[in-house]
Amino acid sequence: MLTETEPAFHQPLLKTPFHDRARAASRVDSFVPWSGYTTVDVFTAVEQEYFAIRNAATLYDLTPMVKYRISGADAARYLNRLTTRNIARLSAGRVAYTVWCNDGGQLIDDGTVFRLGEAEFRLCTAERQLDWLLDAAIGFEVAVSEVTHEIAALALQGPTSCAVLRAAGVAAAERLKPFDVAAFAWPGLPRAHAEVLISRTGFTGDLGYELWMTPAAAEHVWDALMEAGRTRGIRPIGSRALNIARIEAGFLLPNIDFVNAEHTLRVGKAHTPIELGLAWLVDFEKGHFTGRRALLEQHRRGAPRQLVGLDVEGNKPAVNALIYADRAGKREVGYVTSATWAPTCKRNVAFALLDAPHFAAGGTVWADIYFNRELQWERRMARARVVERAFFNPERRRATPPRDH
Amino acid sequence: MSESRDAAARGERRYDCIVIGAGHNGLICATYLARSGRSVLVLEAAEQVGGAAVTREFAPGFRVSACAHLLHLMPAALLQDLGLAERGRLALAASRMPTTALAPEAAPLPLDPVDAVALAAHSRSDVAALSAYRQRLGRYARALHAVLETVPPRLSVQSWPDRLALLRLAWRLRRLGRAQLRDLLHIGAMSVWDLLEDTFESELLKGALALDAVLGTNFGPRSPGTVFTLLHRMAACGSGAPALAQPIGGLGALAQALAQSAQQAGAVIRTAAEVERIVVANDRAAGVVLRSGEQIAASTVVSSADPKTTFLTLLGSEHLDTGFVRRITHLRSRGLAAKLHLALGTLPRFVGASQQALAGRLLLAPSLEYIERAFNHAKYREFSPAPILEITVPTVNDPSLAPAGKHVLSAVVQYVPYDLATAEESDRRALTDAVLGALQACAPGITASIEALELLTPRDIEREFRVRGGHWHHAELALDQFFWTRPAPGAAQYRAPVAGLYLCGAGCHPGGGVMGIAGRNAARQVTREAA
Repeated sequence: MLTETEPAFHQPLLKTPFHDRARAASRVDSFVPWSGYTTVDVFTAVEQEYFAIRNAATLYDLTPMVKYRISGADAARYLNRLTTRNIARLSAGRVAYTVWCNDGGQLIDDGTVFRLGEAEFRLCTAERQLDWLLDAAIGFEVAVSEVTHEIAALALQGPTSCAVLRAAGVAAAERLKPFDVAAFAWPGLPRAHAEVLISRTGFTGDLGYELWMTPAAAEHVWDALMEAGRTRGIRPIGSRALNIARIEAGFLLPNIDFVNAEHTLRVGKAHTPIELGLAWLVDFEKGHFTGRRALLEQHRRGAPRQLVGLDVEGNKPAVNALIYADRAGKREVGYVTSATWAPTCKRNVAFALLDAPHFAAGGTVWADIYFNRELQWERRMARARVVERAFFNPERRRATPPRDH
Repeated sequence: MSESRDAAARGERRYDCIVIGAGHNGLICATYLARSGRSVLVLEAAEQVGGAAVTREFAPGFRVSACAHLLHLMPAALLQDLGLAERGRLALAASRMPTTALAPEAAPLPLDPVDAVALAAHSRSDVAALSAYRQRLGRYARALHAVLETVPPRLSVQSWPDRLALLRLAWRLRRLGRAQLRDLLHIGAMSVWDLLEDTFESELLKGALALDAVLGTNFGPRSPGTVFTLLHRMAACGSGAPALAQPIGGLGALAQALAQSAQQAGAVIRTAAEVERIVVANDRAAGVVLRSGEQIAASTVVSSADPKTTFLTLLGSEHLDTGFVRRITHLRSRGLAAKLHLALGTLPRFVGASQQALAGRLLLAPSLEYIERAFNHAKYREFSPAPILEITVPTVNDPSLAPAGKHVLSAVVQYVPYDLATAEESDRRALTDAVLGALQACAPGITASIEALELLTPRDIEREFRVRGGHWHHAELALDQFFWTRPAPGAAQYRAPVAGLYLCGAGCHPGGGVMGIAGRNAARQVTREAA
């Protein structure tokens, strides 16, 4: 744990409550820092882990995800003023994906709001931002505190994930609909930390759950899931496999697809939710929220650019590619933020931020792709079609109760 | 507009404009709004109009200008335009009041007008230096005056009126000429200490001149930016020479005259009507709710309350963006000036000071170092045992303020922190003793003639005049809280982020000090935008 007296940079990276299990399961010893913790990049091989997400079940340690406890009489009003969605309409036991903006309507972060009670919420974010959350609390009767270190979190994702939960003795979790959250008593744990919160949420676009528990319960839950999933192909995964799955699912990653507007230095580097293709998250009718006036103005005038999905010809991922309106590469109209070969869709996909009017669905643009063939760089201008960002969106993601895959 | 007038005539509670607060800025704003044909209601929480420009009894038979005690910043053109000058509405007991620098162990030095012989006794070269200094600063003050009168143009939008205003200001400054502009840029952000040390020899003179740069601020003479605060004060007068004046009946008489002007223009004024909150409907100001529960509708609400009260208390942060609330919260607005009122049985005698000097302003700030040392205490939330005073004896010019033969002393005590580090009651006694000790040193025997005493700390000023932080200017007057950034970007054009809500108080450009320009500029902005 961090201490008051010692600055954080003197400390080695923290270990999550799952660290010993992850260390034991790691075959290639590939760890990377994430929000002050050391976490696994790859356990065995990226492809193997990715296909487990789509065909079996996977465990991913998301303890380093920043978590805030938000409680108090004004908690719902506070979150309504902070974020763009109508939190007043979020009932207890539900989760909402949302974004929040600065005064200019530009994105600070995205995350999930868990309504755990009438005046009890949890906000999961990519980055630490207690200063912004506290300033947003001025004038509201609300307490905001960071609880990242107090909660161990594990994502259980993949088509067999529900079956694994059933086998682990929490069959009641099968009744959770997407974005439901509920507390379950985990079998075999002492009463003091037997309560595990399970939400039907995830970052893979597949059937899956996220489990939130006390650090003391972490290893027991990990072991129980690995045991219950033995015949269902369960394996732990690292961040790289997850990254392929999230691009396939159309999910944005902070600092890859957008930058926290409060961290940008140059004009034009911050983005509004409308520009990021997240206009569906913005509720102009719910009353005031930070950035509303600026967003309303952009909503009226239309966005000058938008983040869209690209279906790129060929099999070379359009990583870091500039986008042109013409094959000759004379008119630059945008750039790629994320790109991958999507193994399940069998498509070459990317997210690209395109200038108006090129972001209109169905349009054609050209991606200037550089790729390396045995150390030699080559370049290819690939035709790309503007499409919906959710490339992978299976029916099993929504079915309740999930089928026994 | 006429619809509201008709509704008002039928006795329904609906106005075109509601002005919150009947301080001088609120009243001036109301006058201009009413003159533009709007129905205007002014709501004042106190029993009488005036805000911090108010005269009240502080001991039986003794009355005093309870907060501001001199009139010197309100432009003559504004007074005339409001009809205060020609119709005799505002009678002055004294104008062009002299300033005299007191020194505990030396003869007082008359400054306005300057006594060349007395000054020469301190320093021969300072006589010529003073006249050159006044000419030099006067030139810049006149150029700055145009800035004070201007609604700060917006920089982020492409609009011709804003660009034109910017060009006009640039032209105004450019007209100073190359050498002067260079000089202004050189001294503009520097400390008054450095400027005065570069210019003068006499400690007494430097102290007195420095006092005007730091009076009412959170700065010492060595603080950067104090030449700016001095120029700002000079600019408000429209010229280099401060024309200090004292209305008959105190500053409250000014407020009464302003209230008459407003009423004559058609505005309705209600006192003892405290606004509890501003009503917002569809992201627009729609009226106010009074503490009594009464709701009054209006399409425009103009608040002369300080920015923190207006935005955080009356409006509520739920109607504002987080970044804006953060800026308003960070606004430096803690007062550092206290007010001392003495009821005196006899006319005080300041050693060596003439009767003429007593009719003006007496400054106890005998050297730059004396001021800076007093400021040191303030930095650590203490008051100085050697306080700085701006003293007036208003009954010399206006005997009506006290029973026959008796007198009132009104003094600003500079560097009394808003948040004193220690307990309050013992502090108040110790502070009072320190101030009286300093007075006694300049005016022996004065303490024996005290019949009653009132000391208003910034906290008292906050409570009595409903100014959060108890700061004269509502928000610190400093380069970083001036013009485009006063009170904060997003509200520097008198317009709040919520449509239909405006600010017109001292927390706006160009600040307080009974200047009135904020009130007039705000009214201009309202009429320009609704037109």
